[in-house]
Amino acid sequence: MVSVDDVSRNYGRRRALARVTLQAARGEVLGLFGPNGAGKSTLISVLSTLLRPSSGRVRYGTHTADGAGDALRGHIGVLGHDLFLYGDLSARENLAFFGRLYGLDDLDARVTDALRLARLSDRADDRAGSFSRGLRQRLALERALLHQPRLVLLDEPFTGLDDDSALVLIERLRSLRERGTIVVMATHDFDTAEAVVDRAICVDRGRAWPVAAGAGTLRERYRRTLKERG
Amino acid sequence: MQFLRTVLTIARKDLVIEARSRELAYTTLFFAISVVLVFSFSFVVEGVALTDAAAGILWVAIAFAGTLALGRTFERERQADTLKALLLSPVERPAIYLGKLVGLLLLMTVVEALIVPVVGLLFQAPLGRAPWLLTGLLAAGTLGFAAVGTLFAAMLIRAHSRDVLLPVVLYPITVPLVIAGVRGTASIFAAEPNLAMAQAWLSMLVFFDAVFLTLALWVFGPVMSE
Repeated sequence: MVSVDDVSRNYGRRRALARVTLQAARGEVLGLFGPNGAGKSTLISVLSTLLRPSSGRVRYGTHTADGAGDALRGHIGVLGHDLFLYGDLSARENLAFFGRLYGLDDLDARVTDALRLARLSDRADDRAGSFSRGLRQRLALERALLHQPRLVLLDEPFTGLDDDSALVLIERLRSLRERGTIVVMATHDFDTAEAVVDRAICVDRGRAWPVAAGAGTLRERYRRTLKERG
Repeated sequence: MQFLRTVLTIARKDLVIEARSRELAYTTLFFAISVVLVFSFSFVVEGVALTDAAAGILWVAIAFAGTLALGRTFERERQADTLKALLLSPVERPAIYLGKLVGLLLLMTVVEALIVPVVGLLFQAPLGRAPWLLTGLLAAGTLGFAAVGTLFAAMLIRAHSRDVLLPVVLYPITVPLVIAGVRGTASIFAAEPNLAMAQAWLSMLVFFDAVFLTLALWVFGPVMSE
């Protein structure tokens, strides 16, 4: 269980998150939806331990970021808006580099498996910088999942993916859910995300609310929530 | 052991990238040799170099080339936000700092291995007079410069004016190092060499290195946490 308790985060005088409280349970896919600049990426950064909350607390099971430190980061996988890949290294070298940082055993087998899941086995030795955005996105996702994290944070994971790749990603997220992984995903892609999200959160001007239940598609319910709260 | 493995993994990654692009090696080397060449036209008159000019120009070339290398090394980590990925990995933050530092030091060593003979040639500097002492001065001075520079370059990675700010914050702090390097090298190159004085400057450089390295390792984690 990951719980965010009354978390605020300020950038100077600007408040990016305002008293956000939410929980995500084991095996749950939580969707964060909201306009640009609403605070979704800040919330992902706080959950990833990259940013410290200005006030409030984030708990990872029984641990906090300050208490667990390096070991905690080993259980978190992050796919950022920027893809965290070295363009001058090949797909295989990128995965192997991060695998070494995470101290993974049996690295060759894991890298080969990750390349297969990213459907990049035939381009494993090509420079990541020569890939299209969609291919890099697939590689970056497998980089984030290489160490089998318990908490996966995805910021706009569907960006640049073609229809086929988006479906593969949804299947990948479902398999993570079955394994008990907590997935928190910030996206604007309602139609694609609806197929996999268990619970949707609306983030607007730094505040977070559950997206209203009831009839209609996820997009319709999100708009209704935004209107009611706005 | 894991700490050392992380340092080597990061340094090796930087070297592999550099070996492929050779961008830093070519630009820093070209810049350093240009500096030395331009100064040689001013400070070498009728084949005779001005007193202490060789030492000063050598260290100016090292400092400028080092600043150029620092900026580009961290620009690579900024392009796809890979520094964030390093910070997200379960490794100790000082290991990330040391990995970047080792990569930079190796690159600067290559550059220095080429510009020192050029300075010797153009300024008739007696490089063979006390080679180990000269190597010690260069190694200690480069380590101190790179130790401070790596910290500041990492801190400034998200700043809009990082290319301007880096020398502005770096040079005032590294001035004592450069002065010690210049005076120590000048003591070796002088017509009447004073190797005891050069050793004293080397001791001062080692002291600076210890202070700068300790401070950088201590503050890198906290300053990169936000």
